Amino acid sequence: MDVAVCVKHVPDTEAAIRIRADGHGIDENGLPFVMNYYDEHGVEEALRIKERLGGTVTLLTAGPVRAALALRSGLAMGADAAVHIEDPALEGADHLGVAKALAAAIGAQRYDLILCGKLATDDNAAIVGPALAEFLGFPQATAVTKLELGDGTATVHREVEGAIEVLRVALPAVITVERSINEPRYPSLPGIMKAKRTPVTTKTLGDLGLAPGEVGIAAARVEVLDLSPPPQRRAGRILQGEPAEMVKDLVRLLHEEAKVL
Amino acid sequence: MSSDIWVLAEYAGGRPRKITFELLGKASGLAQEAGGQVVALALGSGIAGAAQELAAHGADVVRVADDPLLGQYTTDAYAAVIEPVVSVEEPFLLMIGSTAMGRDLAPRLAARLGAGIVTDCATVEVVDGGVETTRPVMTRKAIARVAFRGDGIRIAVVLPNIFAPPRPDPSRAAEVLPISVTLDPASIRTQVLEVKAIARETLPLTEADIIVSGGRGLRGPEHFGLLKELAQALGAAVGSSRPPVDSGWVPHDYEIGQTGKTVNPQLYIACGISGAPQHLAGMSGSRTIVAINKDPQAPIFSIASYGVVGDLFVVVPLLTEEVRRLRGASHG
Repeated sequence: MDVAVCVKHVPDTEAAIRIRADGHGIDENGLPFVMNYYDEHGVEEALRIKERLGGTVTLLTAGPVRAALALRSGLAMGADAAVHIEDPALEGADHLGVAKALAAAIGAQRYDLILCGKLATDDNAAIVGPALAEFLGFPQATAVTKLELGDGTATVHREVEGAIEVLRVALPAVITVERSINEPRYPSLPGIMKAKRTPVTTKTLGDLGLAPGEVGIAAARVEVLDLSPPPQRRAGRILQGEPAEMVKDLVRLLHEEAKVL
Repeated sequence: MSSDIWVLAEYAGGRPRKITFELLGKASGLAQEAGGQVVALALGSGIAGAAQELAAHGADVVRVADDPLLGQYTTDAYAAVIEPVVSVEEPFLLMIGSTAMGRDLAPRLAARLGAGIVTDCATVEVVDGGVETTRPVMTRKAIARVAFRGDGIRIAVVLPNIFAPPRPDPSRAAEVLPISVTLDPASIRTQVLEVKAIARETLPLTEADIIVSGGRGLRGPEHFGLLKELAQALGAAVGSSRPPVDSGWVPHDYEIGQTGKTVNPQLYIACGISGAPQHLAGMSGSRTIVAINKDPQAPIFSIASYGVVGDLFVVVPLLTEEVRRLRGASHG
């Protein structure tokens, strides 16, 4: 079973961000970046499949030079190979453009299963997985909490509103994973050493047979105009007194002032 | 391109989900600005009666695809039915709810149509003949303003519980236009083996107007019963922060936060939750936040509309009693 896992290099969610003065993006200076943690769950699932059934685990990312570090993290966990799509023309690409580039690098023939995180924690879009499935012509299952492989199929669980949906998906397929699917391993020291020696294959859009106009900013159908800080919540009111009094006050305020009861 | 605003209706147990009404309400306003009509797109099996309810909530036209193969959502069947209709009719904007179905379907449709797509929209506005949206990003540490480019099809995946559902007007009628469905079962590459309902007495978290949520301060699974009683008195759903999920006290589908669900209720009552950034990322969009925590330094108080510093094991039962009294007075 040969599995490809798409990963993204994103700001550590624990870190404070600084929006640039002109609102165009964030200041990356000194900002720690990590592999998107949903993608770590994808890498872990792929490694478990390899341990059970044999085969290979290949990582892919599309992003700037620093994004190679996300590939290094995945290699240190135990992946076999890594492909970095790096091209200045990807700057300003929308999610469909990124999915197109990944699809070109993955190809329709090479892998039995493509795993992605269910979303990336920087832009929260959750677009690339299903779009990748469409461009590859593969079926898909999204936000999967359990994955079992059968003969040419995968049986998956996905959380839907108030229920768990059990699906059988024909392979090859693109499957995006939830956090509850597994507990990712930490890279081992030998893994880290090996990751340093494993070459990362770098590809430009031209290498993939794509023109910048097909996937870059010229093709983008959406554009981030600016970022702004979220509205500050009004300073709250701390209630005083004995518990019974505070609760009486609280219910009265929720009823009369906030009008939510 | 037409000037019509399309809404993909979503059904649960034979009824449209609340998000469908929220989108129809929003679409009515947008259609006025764009100078078009509100078109509802309804897919399902045995949903011939769907049109009236959609019309009552604002649909001028209802496009109905009624087929046994559409009774249960599958990506392949829904994309195959919707893509040609949207491609021919070219709506100004197609709105889809940010639900398990919407998040699965919308990006696939966008890729097939070459459409612009923005997910997690918290606002959607017509600006200079185009469409602009805002959406939370970076675990809610920033709000992005995102515009569609060009004149092709636009798809906005809209967060639930943001727009108020309109008051239904039973006298409204819609033009009903059937969509002919010719689906080959072999083209549907996923098969739904089972849908296991999760035993919950309440609404899904993402649709609830009121949420009572518990954190590490609950100290064990057995104490979630306290929250359930309060939730029952309020007609609320019960959720949790991450530690109770990681400790195995409650299942993952309870989790609210960066690694769980994003919710936007009218009222969020956080019990024994410290307010780590990872939790705030999922609930700080709530209209009114109540924090009950014995630690006055807990960060949750810095975003709470009302704070109660105290022992939740004392405060929550008192609150349940007081809510019952209020509800008893207003209903009896």
